[in-house]
Amino acid sequence: MIEVIDLKKSFAGTEVLKGVNLNVRKGETVVVIGRSGCGKSVLLKHLIGLMKPDSGKILIDGVDVTTLKSEEMYEFRKRFGMLFQGAALFDSLTVWENVGLALLEHTDLSEEEIRKKVCQKLEQVGLDRLDDMKPSDLSGGMKKRVGLARAIAMDPPVILYDEPTTGLDPIMADVINELIRRLQKQLEITSVAVTHDMKSAYKIGDRLAMLYGGKIVFEGTPEEVMASQDEVVRQFVEGRAEGPIPVYQE
Amino acid sequence: MNAVEYVGRTVGFSLAEVGAVFLLLGSAVKTIPKAIRQKKLVAEQMLRIGIGSLPLVLVTSIFTGGVAAVQAAYQFQDYVPMRYLGTVIGKSVVIELGPVLTALVVGGRVGASIAAELGTMKVTEQIDALETLAIDPIRYLVAPRLLAGLVMLPIITIFADFIAIIGGFVVALIGLDVSTHVYFTGLKLFLHPSDVLSGLVKAFFFGVIIAMMGCYHGLRTQGGAEGVGIATTKAVVSSCLLILITDYILASLLFSTVFSG
Repeated sequence: MIEVIDLKKSFAGTEVLKGVNLNVRKGETVVVIGRSGCGKSVLLKHLIGLMKPDSGKILIDGVDVTTLKSEEMYEFRKRFGMLFQGAALFDSLTVWENVGLALLEHTDLSEEEIRKKVCQKLEQVGLDRLDDMKPSDLSGGMKKRVGLARAIAMDPPVILYDEPTTGLDPIMADVINELIRRLQKQLEITSVAVTHDMKSAYKIGDRLAMLYGGKIVFEGTPEEVMASQDEVVRQFVEGRAEGPIPVYQE
Repeated sequence: MNAVEYVGRTVGFSLAEVGAVFLLLGSAVKTIPKAIRQKKLVAEQMLRIGIGSLPLVLVTSIFTGGVAAVQAAYQFQDYVPMRYLGTVIGKSVVIELGPVLTALVVGGRVGASIAAELGTMKVTEQIDALETLAIDPIRYLVAPRLLAGLVMLPIITIFADFIAIIGGFVVALIGLDVSTHVYFTGLKLFLHPSDVLSGLVKAFFFGVIIAMMGCYHGLRTQGGAEGVGIATTKAVVSSCLLILITDYILASLLFSTVFSG
């Protein structure tokens, strides 16, 4: 369903992605793990067309998204939902307006029908009676859940998660992981998540891919990652300062 | 870097920025037909830019009119009869002081607010979030602000002109011993509709400048709080400079060609 082929991207002369290759099959969840600043979010933003690569292809259902024109890209994005690291809720809008914005913009549903659908989505993420609150009134966990409700509002076949548990306490992080897992099973969504939280990666991922040095250096199931003898993978998943991965990045 | 290289880079960078502003303006204008249908968004911006700026504009205008009266009376002294006081105040207010001072005040208030809002949205990934929801930020954010700016600036300039003329009248009546009849007869003497129109044409362009500078610098914000601060400063400084430069260009064009006959 999603095929990333030899993706390269540089910023101000620094090559962040040096030829990334990755396959995501329909209905599966692939978690890209790696150190902060290794290019995980950059990879994710390429998948949804927020960034243009220097070279390489991204095929989604056979369509190369890197060649789409602006109007075509907007149309294509209706098939995606994305949960941002900081939730990225629109702070001038209420919770219901945040969750229902895409429905208001892209469907002919009445306000009443949209409100009903927003309530359903909020219930799916374990929230209710928040409709008229503003994002500034919500806790970090609530914001993430509203962000998740917004991501699934249009029932997209693909959801991208950028650090879904970052900044949350361990209990709330687990709640979000459970929620992501449940939504994947219920809605049969294809997902790509990026995280450095190994607990989250093991819990939500069908397959894990490690991004290091601008390339995917290891791919496997959570069990295969746990059993891996690759020194780079071992150092990262065990969170050790000593090993082949330099502590201070160049 | 030698001096020639520095000048070359600065000019090149500035030209690139001018090009980028015009590209953004072009994209925003293209989305205006769709943006007009977003009545709620446009109305919100009109309220913020127009109604929200009124108290500040009205206070500025009343004192502007008052100062214009005092300055004119001082310069008239024994050479020009005071029956021309209303004429001078009327002309200077509707052609120059009303539109320019209103634009500078609104530019400071609204330009900063637009840049800060869009800049914060940029650094907190809200602009990216809009894109992921398949919503064009230029249509959703820039076009309503542009529409509100170009419609509301002329409207509040009309209010500003009116209040400044009243301010001049109050000072003339109380401080300069000029009667109501003399002031308003003088006001009507040489005030042509083209004077008012030229002021409103200027206000229209100033509205575009304020909205575009706020949006452009807001959408280009990088980093965090510091980036938002820089964007806000740039939006206000560039708005004020462009308003004064455009004022000169429009004055030259309007009075040498359009309204010269």
